[in-house]
Amino acid sequence: MTVAATPAPSPATTGGQSGVRLARSRRNAELSLLLLAMVLVAAYGATVEANLLDTVTPDFWMPAAALGAVFLGLHLVIRFLAPFADPALLPAVALLNGLGVGFLRRIDLGEAPVADRESLAIFAGQGGRQLAWTLLSVILAAGLLAIMRDHRSISRYAYTLGLAGIVLVMLPAVLPRSISEKNGARLWIDVGLFSIQPGEFAKLALLVFFAYYLVRKREVLSLASRRFLGIDFPRGRDLGPVVVVWLISLLVLIFEKDLGTSLLYFGMFVVTLYIATERVSWLLIGLVLFFGGAYLAYVLGSTVGGPFANFYVRAEIWLDPFADPTDKGYQLVQGLLALGTGGLFGAGPGGGQPDILPEVQNDFIFAGIGEEIGLFGLSALLVVYLLIVERGLRAALAVRDSFGKLLAGGLAFTLGLQVFVIVGGISKLIPLTGQTTPFLSAGGSSLMANWLLIAVLLRVSDGARRPVAGGGGKAPRPAGGPPEQLHGAPTEVIKP
Amino acid sequence: MNAPLRRVGVVVMVLFGLLFANLNWIQAYKADEYRTSDYNGRVQVADYERKRGNIEAGGTAVATSKETTGKLKFRRTYPGGAKYAHVLGYKPVNLADTGIEQVENDFLAGTSDQLIGDRFKDMFTGDQTAGGNVLLTLSKRAQDVAYDQLRNNQVDAKRGAAIAIDPRTGAVQALVSMPSFDPNPLASHNTTEAAAAYNKLEQDPERPLNNRALAETLPPGSTFKVVVAAAALENGITKSTPIPAGSSYTPPTSGEPIRNASTSICPEAQVTLMEAVTESCNTGFAKLGVRLGADTIKEKARQFGFEQDDLTVGQLGEDGLPTAASRTGDMQNPDGGTDPAALAQSSIGQNNVRMTPLEGAMIAGAVANGGSQMRPYLVRQLLAPDRTTSYYTAKPRELRQPVNGQVANDLREMMVSVVQNGTGGNAAISGYTVGGKTGTAQSAPDRPDHGWFIGFALDKNGTPVSAVCVVLEQAGGRGSAEAARIGGQIMRAAIADPGGR
Repeated sequence: MTVAATPAPSPATTGGQSGVRLARSRRNAELSLLLLAMVLVAAYGATVEANLLDTVTPDFWMPAAALGAVFLGLHLVIRFLAPFADPALLPAVALLNGLGVGFLRRIDLGEAPVADRESLAIFAGQGGRQLAWTLLSVILAAGLLAIMRDHRSISRYAYTLGLAGIVLVMLPAVLPRSISEKNGARLWIDVGLFSIQPGEFAKLALLVFFAYYLVRKREVLSLASRRFLGIDFPRGRDLGPVVVVWLISLLVLIFEKDLGTSLLYFGMFVVTLYIATERVSWLLIGLVLFFGGAYLAYVLGSTVGGPFANFYVRAEIWLDPFADPTDKGYQLVQGLLALGTGGLFGAGPGGGQPDILPEVQNDFIFAGIGEEIGLFGLSALLVVYLLIVERGLRAALAVRDSFGKLLAGGLAFTLGLQVFVIVGGISKLIPLTGQTTPFLSAGGSSLMANWLLIAVLLRVSDGARRPVAGGGGKAPRPAGGPPEQLHGAPTEVIKP
Repeated sequence: MNAPLRRVGVVVMVLFGLLFANLNWIQAYKADEYRTSDYNGRVQVADYERKRGNIEAGGTAVATSKETTGKLKFRRTYPGGAKYAHVLGYKPVNLADTGIEQVENDFLAGTSDQLIGDRFKDMFTGDQTAGGNVLLTLSKRAQDVAYDQLRNNQVDAKRGAAIAIDPRTGAVQALVSMPSFDPNPLASHNTTEAAAAYNKLEQDPERPLNNRALAETLPPGSTFKVVVAAAALENGITKSTPIPAGSSYTPPTSGEPIRNASTSICPEAQVTLMEAVTESCNTGFAKLGVRLGADTIKEKARQFGFEQDDLTVGQLGEDGLPTAASRTGDMQNPDGGTDPAALAQSSIGQNNVRMTPLEGAMIAGAVANGGSQMRPYLVRQLLAPDRTTSYYTAKPRELRQPVNGQVANDLREMMVSVVQNGTGGNAAISGYTVGGKTGTAQSAPDRPDHGWFIGFALDKNGTPVSAVCVVLEQAGGRGSAEAARIGGQIMRAAIADPGGR
């Protein structure tokens, strides 16, 4: 494919258009959608109780109400601090988060003795913990919205964040296994009281750095190139940082034994690179490097073993999970069986048996939910995820500055890629890796990091839809970025 | 930068499209396969949500389900322990199920198409109706006697089998294989314990899991003479025709002489067929067999049910417990012609002749029933969970007609003579006319002989009421007399059991 058959519209035009078209803040739409989402969450809770308790307790609405109150708080913060933010983001994320809490509570109910089920407190068990984490995450997201009044302000901390990101990525690989290893993948920092997955925060920090770095370098990367086989390839010296990130992601793959995280970082970087330079060659190079690397790891795993063995085993499980259904392939097989049992319509919320699914509160939550809501329900969930991602990309399209475009585009894509990696993993589309399912899986790190990601998207979308004239008054100029007008034009002209 | 952003949007859509397509593959196309997969624990839990129906014999539940507090809501128990094991089989959590539990699984579990009405009712009442009940043909009393007598046999045989059928219908009255096993540990919800119990039984050299009554064959010895006598009667010989006998007979081309069990048996040059059967004259039957020819003997045996390998014993016309085929075996020289030595040995139930106890009972039953052999069955009735509706009632059917009424009458008379004047005296029941044939079969040169008895009982009107076959493996010289005694006891219990049939 050739680069941009249609000339990229200049940011000024884009901004102007969106300013005129989307001058309304649409906060009331957000509020109604949010209420609808909470009604759905409450209905889900009621169905679960009807199935598991044979009755609906008078308190069935309490988790939904608690969540609703938290999200309403965030809605108010948005109303005052980011009035032009995308109105669909918060309700969509609230729905996923609410269903996640509801499903975790459903697991608690299933595990509790029958006699104690009716009296299960709303902050009890995993569901209750998730509820508490949601409260904390939403407060953090609101805090980020309050501190970061303009998304360009974080570019000031780009190098700090970049360094922090690399440290966070490498940390589990360096720490002793006893602290970092869970289920064969070294992604954790477990200090007894609580455990965090630093990778979840690293992806945010790294993306800020990527966006900042690429905005500064994109001229060089996109202009200086050599033509080979009809595709423009970058110069060798410009490849340096890409190779570094590639190596880091492969190191993650090997030492943290996690294909998913590695695919996530690398995909994130290659796609931001592509967005920044508009060069398809970067995508090709990225794909070749990644799949070449993964294949090499597979071959080395089967012959040399050592650090590559884990990846080889995972790939073998993926190729035929039923070859060893009770040991190595157990998790994946049970996930597939849960999904298959759910069929088209599912067993109904509370009607399935998620308790026999390993890791159902984490990696396999999508399979656990899928058993109960079936193909139709899962498709709806996928559409909600897709909505969030596409809304994020839309904010990237509409925002005026390059840094914002890269940041929002990169974050939105990363979220979509993470959903792809974990859902594809548990459904045997790709080898299974230990990723969390955004907003659904139990766990504070993932929830917090993803809510921060949403806060950034909200902030960028606010910047994008804010009318130019009546806006914050600051010039829409990326901090440290080159003038927008130069972007893209030279390549178009040179092209035969 | 907007063009690549739009393309990234398309890429995300493609990725999600792949997820969606793949979920369709798993949740729609492969759904049934995954739902019923052996590795799917939900199948088990679902199996145990509904109370499995009873299996009953003579009005008593011999397999039933008890409520538990565990994840699997009902535990299968077998109140009769080892007594009914080879009929019922077992329904374990993880292992393969066997016996009637396996054959009638759908009906017992309540998932059978026949019970769709009951499941439909559940949708409104919200209950989980129990599964259906299976009523067996077994006579509780005959089964008790068969199990106890076989276990406490007076010749210390460790292995054996007994089966009794109603000659008029083919209904199985008793079925015991020894040694037996307790199916209760196999149905344990602790799957490790169940697997350990299974492995122990599996590795037991006495092979208690095998159903010797239906699925194991042994050389039938002299009981096979009934078949040879039937062939003789159809080939111009009557029960009073003198046939050549003698104390010893060496068939042509063979160095090994055939002798009688004792020197007092048929030492004369000729005896009547009747006398030959009554005394169990080996030399007479060996010569008779050689005279009739291998094809005639084989064909007669086939007409009695030998060589049939697809017979099952359960519901009539449906699946049931598998049986082994009885075989007349090879009687040929290497060059293809009949080997007279092999034929002579085969005619007295040795050489390669092999028979199941079921086949023995079916031969005796056909003789008693005027030449009509009924198809054997174990399931008398299928009752709805609420016990009001019957979904199946056995309608006895003839399996084949091995001999005509006249030949059957003659055979009957000769077999009655065996019990009244000959080797089968132990089987006599006062007030009934009992006929039979004993057999003593060589197992291996250095091992004790197997003792056989096949027989029947007729009431005062000459109506057949029970046919039996008992075998005691490696029981020695007194084995056949003991088998006859046990056979008589089983038939007496079957007759005396008011609910027995």
